[in-house]
Amino acid sequence: MSLIVLVTYVSAAVFIVAVVSRFVKYARLPMHLRWELYPVAHEKGRAKYGGSYLEELDWWTKPRESSLFGELKVMIPEILLLAGVREHNKSHWLRSFPFHFGLYLLGGVVGLLLVGAVLETAGIAVSRDESLLGRVVYDATYVVGWMGLVLGLVGSIALLARRLFNTAYRAYTKKVDYFNLAFFVVTFVVALAAHAVEDPYFVQLRSYVGSLVTADFGFTAGALLTSEVILASLLVAYIPLTHMSHFFTKWFMYHGIRWSDEPAQRGGKIEGRVQQLLKQPVSWSAPHIRGDGKKNWVDVATSDVMEGT
Amino acid sequence: MKQVKVEDISKPSERLSELRKEDFKPLPGDLADPQATPDFKPLSGEVREKFEATLDDTIALSLPKPKSKEEEDKLVAQFLSGMEKLFSEENNWTFLQPLLLSMEHCVTCHTCSDACHIYEASGGNPIYRPAYRSEVFRRLYKKHIKGNGGLLSSWRSGEMELNWTTVSRLAELAYRCNLCRRCAQTCPIGVDNALIAHEIRKIFSQEMGIAPREIHLDGSVKQLQTGSSTGMNAEVVKDNIEFIDEDISEKTGLSIETPWDKHGADILLIHNAGEILSWPLNPGAFAVIFESAGLSWTMSSEIAAYDGINYGVWYDDFQFARVAIKHAEAARKLGVKKIVLGECGHAHKALTVIADRVLTGELNIPRESCMVTFWDLISSGRIKVDPERNDFPVTLHDPCNLVRLMGIVDPQRKILGKIAPRFREMTPHGVDNYCCGGGSGFAIMSGHNFGDWRAQISGRKKLEQVLNAFEGELDPSIKKYLCAPCSNCKGQLRDLLSYYDVWEKYGILYDGMAELIVNCMTDVKPGFIEWEWH
Repeated sequence: MSLIVLVTYVSAAVFIVAVVSRFVKYARLPMHLRWELYPVAHEKGRAKYGGSYLEELDWWTKPRESSLFGELKVMIPEILLLAGVREHNKSHWLRSFPFHFGLYLLGGVVGLLLVGAVLETAGIAVSRDESLLGRVVYDATYVVGWMGLVLGLVGSIALLARRLFNTAYRAYTKKVDYFNLAFFVVTFVVALAAHAVEDPYFVQLRSYVGSLVTADFGFTAGALLTSEVILASLLVAYIPLTHMSHFFTKWFMYHGIRWSDEPAQRGGKIEGRVQQLLKQPVSWSAPHIRGDGKKNWVDVATSDVMEGT
Repeated sequence: MKQVKVEDISKPSERLSELRKEDFKPLPGDLADPQATPDFKPLSGEVREKFEATLDDTIALSLPKPKSKEEEDKLVAQFLSGMEKLFSEENNWTFLQPLLLSMEHCVTCHTCSDACHIYEASGGNPIYRPAYRSEVFRRLYKKHIKGNGGLLSSWRSGEMELNWTTVSRLAELAYRCNLCRRCAQTCPIGVDNALIAHEIRKIFSQEMGIAPREIHLDGSVKQLQTGSSTGMNAEVVKDNIEFIDEDISEKTGLSIETPWDKHGADILLIHNAGEILSWPLNPGAFAVIFESAGLSWTMSSEIAAYDGINYGVWYDDFQFARVAIKHAEAARKLGVKKIVLGECGHAHKALTVIADRVLTGELNIPRESCMVTFWDLISSGRIKVDPERNDFPVTLHDPCNLVRLMGIVDPQRKILGKIAPRFREMTPHGVDNYCCGGGSGFAIMSGHNFGDWRAQISGRKKLEQVLNAFEGELDPSIKKYLCAPCSNCKGQLRDLLSYYDVWEKYGILYDGMAELIVNCMTDVKPGFIEWEWH
């Protein structure tokens, strides 16, 4: 029985459980006070200069115009090109972009390998000499795979070098940060070596993905490719357990905070939630609060500021 | 400049960081020479003996030194207890989600540093990086709250010792941030270092009863007890407004009388009461505009309702909620259709945005910015203006609370487009603006030498912007107008411009939007703006 298939299954399970549990953890936190930050991307016609519906006379009497297209216009360049870093920290972007874009390409390669594996299972050969579809998948996997690995390696080395040699960055870098980047560097180096020596056209890797699809535990490969798969699997499991989970928690940062501008309406859903939250007990100890764990937020907020002092 | 490691904050020393004006970012023109910046008044030996003053060269809190190790330990325990509450749903539902997200996802890329006017103005002082206090707090959080102690603690979270030195310096450091959130705007992840500073302030206030006297005892407490942080009770404020009405009537040739406690009025107008005492032309100008337009409006003499300030928004959720409820309650009693907020940025944000999830039921009365009201009156022709009366250079200071934190950007520009033919923008402006340096309470904090810090560090970038906006016209014989539609910003700008003799040297006067509008109203006698320093 091949261990690497099992390692990948377990890693994928850890990834899914970690992402879901983290997502649920943040989603279940209580609604917070409004804390938006402009520009808010969905403000129709106003996002370009950072305006809001509060610029309207009697804004509460008018329909709010929210634009999904406006959000996508910000989100897509932000996710794909790291537009924010590019605008505000160009020197970091030069290091961070290849790293992230390399990862995106490798995510794409996983998709291409899956498609290839499914095609082969269906009897369509993925090869340069076969059908158009097979040829496209074959060539795309080759190009995107190599580009992803090279960009990922360049980016991770550049980021590690910055953390090692830049005084300001070094002062904030924990040992775990060096470990994380080194983990990426080693994985990319091993993967590049594996494909340079054992699997230049990602054929074996496609077979391996096929064995994942068909639950074929008999898959074996050379030492380098086996190492690549194990390292990449462990990395996939590890990422959502760290601050690198920002790849999905950023959704909360933007949609749940920066762009969360929905006003409360009398008798509305938000007001109902606020009324529940205001019943929470307070135990802050300062003299002007005197929380005893029994008084709730309304009790304190409507009490005399110097009562009992 | 001396390099400071994150963990150095816990190591006792005379000062964690030293401020030298030679390090500061040079100002434009003949202020570029460091010698043009006045000397930083050193803290006296007596002050250093009495108060915790080991962060930098100033103090904001006047935190008394503990008398014994036992007292230190007790304070550290209180801090830890406050941290636990800060990360609990019951005690901090108000900001727990954004706080946790910011605590757990920073990649320390330092993008925030370049966005921070305090870090830039200081010449890159490492303790003023927005991420510095956050990283200290994050390490404490991971070790003491999240439970990442044990053998791998420093490997995962970095070194950080929790002792009184750390706690007292962190308390001060929470007051080296204007909470302008410019750093948050540029963070590629969405981490909000200003929010973290805000939350640290809450631990000290809500658990330990520690906050700057100016914003707590002399601020929100006084407002809740007497009606206004200025100390004016209802009778005094009415007297003052009556005096202003008389003065303004004489000045404008109109008959102005501010209505008080008028039930059923459409609008409850809430000023920052600081305007009434320090810049009486501003509430006077509001009265002229509202009366000339025939609006149905009133002011309220209820406790706190004639002072729009809400300092709690900077340091204490409960003080914030208490004041917001008083404001809304006064409006409810009068049965007004809406509250219009005067020229005060934090009052705008506090009551309109933050209180939106505090005020429920009948207290949820619509709130509107005076910028929107003004623009409606001008664009609809309900007040007539002659822009030629404002034929002098004008620039606009954007209060952070109005623009970056509320998205009210365009109305004030449309107004200026109509009334100020020689208007020019600062660079940058709108939602990308820089704080005046007085944000989050600093404008009213001048204890010891904190005023020097405000003028030399937190206000430096704004001064640079102002001077650059009037480049080529800095001759003092050309009178120039810095329009700052926010009372706190005006307080800071008054101190800042005065510190560098900007009125005498360059002829730049600051004031609000209402004054500039009235100055060009056709049915008002010319010459409303007094070109005198105040």
